[in-house]
Amino acid sequence: MTVRKLREWCIERVIFTSGITSIVIVVLIFIFLLKEGLAVFGHVGVFKFLFGGNWYPISDPPQFGAFPLIIGSVFVTLGAAAISVPIGVASALYIAEIAPKRTKEILKAGIELLAAIPSVVIGFIGMVTLGPLIKSVFALPTGLTALTGSITLAFMAMPTIVSIAEDAITAVPRQYREAAAAMGATTWQTTWRIVAYAARPGMFAAVMLGIGRVIGETMAVMMVTGNAALIPHSMLQPVRTLTATIAAEMGETVQGGDHYAALFAIGIVLFVITFVINGVAELYLHRTTKR
Amino acid sequence: MNVRTEQRIAFGFLFFCTLLAVVPVLVILGIIAYKGMSALSLDFIFGMPESGMNAGGIFPALLGTIYLVTGAICFAVPLGVLSAIYLVEYSKDNVVSRLIKLAIVNLAGVPSVVYGLFGLGIFVVFLGFGVSILSGSLTLGIMILPVIITASREALESVPKSFRMVSFSLGASRWQTIRHAVLPHALPGILTGTILGLGRAAGETAPILFTVAAFYLPRLPESVFDQTMALPYHLYVISTQVPGIREDFRFGTALVLLMLVLILNLAAIVLRYRFRKKKRW
Repeated sequence: MTVRKLREWCIERVIFTSGITSIVIVVLIFIFLLKEGLAVFGHVGVFKFLFGGNWYPISDPPQFGAFPLIIGSVFVTLGAAAISVPIGVASALYIAEIAPKRTKEILKAGIELLAAIPSVVIGFIGMVTLGPLIKSVFALPTGLTALTGSITLAFMAMPTIVSIAEDAITAVPRQYREAAAAMGATTWQTTWRIVAYAARPGMFAAVMLGIGRVIGETMAVMMVTGNAALIPHSMLQPVRTLTATIAAEMGETVQGGDHYAALFAIGIVLFVITFVINGVAELYLHRTTKR
Repeated sequence: MNVRTEQRIAFGFLFFCTLLAVVPVLVILGIIAYKGMSALSLDFIFGMPESGMNAGGIFPALLGTIYLVTGAICFAVPLGVLSAIYLVEYSKDNVVSRLIKLAIVNLAGVPSVVYGLFGLGIFVVFLGFGVSILSGSLTLGIMILPVIITASREALESVPKSFRMVSFSLGASRWQTIRHAVLPHALPGILTGTILGLGRAAGETAPILFTVAAFYLPRLPESVFDQTMALPYHLYVISTQVPGIREDFRFGTALVLLMLVLILNLAAIVLRYRFRKKKRW
């Protein structure tokens, strides 16, 4: 083997090893979450952990029922989706089909900047502006509620939804639009009945990814939802999400203890949820690109 | 209803929705700039926090964030670029490359707080790095890996096939081709991705909560095994954990963090725009 061939071979090995790091990391994340968190499923039982109604991790004996947290996440996520999906899809349609070229560039940059704002800054702004507003509008004892969280998170899901839906809309073949125009359809009729219809799988993927972002969001949600680990009965009550629970309580735990393990177990739940959501979104994303 | 009227109403509605999505950015920027500007001074940026963070400055937090981001980039960029080179230049469309792509998509979707748990489990506890800059940097590095890989892949794929063909036809090996005929042309794109990664790493709080961040540490870190304050965590602390912090300090901290992240992102946007314009092939 010549020196040059040896060198090539070495470089190829290094590149291949780097290439598979992503797989290694995903597997490692899963292993470490299981390693630290699995014990709790043994102590409490999977069913009781997922559907137990009491999350009292520091009382004696501690109770680890994550159901209030799951419901908290569901409330906030559904609320955020209800706000961000219609607005996001409408914005994507406007940016992709209607806006003139320069407006389009500016709007896209704006959306990108919205995506760039750190979640702790969004949480801070939600806390000091939206919180007091909701408190006074609904005459509540506290402005930090599921609704506040939903509105705040809607703005964090928006950039994801808009940019991915916009890609899907742009990917609709030109012939579709030309055919519609040739039949005498207006731009709006074409946009709504032809283009939006054809881009449905991509838009669905966009919505899924937006929801994935909301479920995993931590800092903002922790700052604006009030953090009460109780099953909420309305959007105007404080809730605590899965993510916020991990972030807020990990500092107080003893490493290797039950509470520590329970928080890792919540991590497992989150990891599985986002894994499924991203997998589904990926399936639908490919459907658009194939056409 | 007349189709023209219908169209006008529909367009108006879509435009209104777009405003709803974009205007909050300006509102957020406006509020933070307006209320935070009065706190900004050299003493605030380059001073140590004093009397329970209610006086002095944010320098340890700012420097901590710079350290963390530098560490994350040193880890993620080589790995991410090599990984992208593998996907674009070496791999065929087989099970391995599809698994890698699936893994990247999933890494991009993992909640940031789960990265924090992972960093705690592997770096702090298992590898024994403790709560340190090293653990925090590695955790942030892993988090921005998908950003770097995706940007580098796009950059590499945008280099025309003919460049590689010419290089091969001159007898260059595969690596020589990548090194001299492909990478130089992909560099601006890779740089864009790196800057975006920087911005993301600078703003994230959840991954550093349990791996590095110190609540209050009014001195500068001395080694990679030290804890440090960090800007986003500092903002979290002074806005929720410590009551009675001066309002201009809270907004000032938010303003510094926001400017840091937005300048990085604007730089990336401008760079990408000019890169696309300049492409001659």
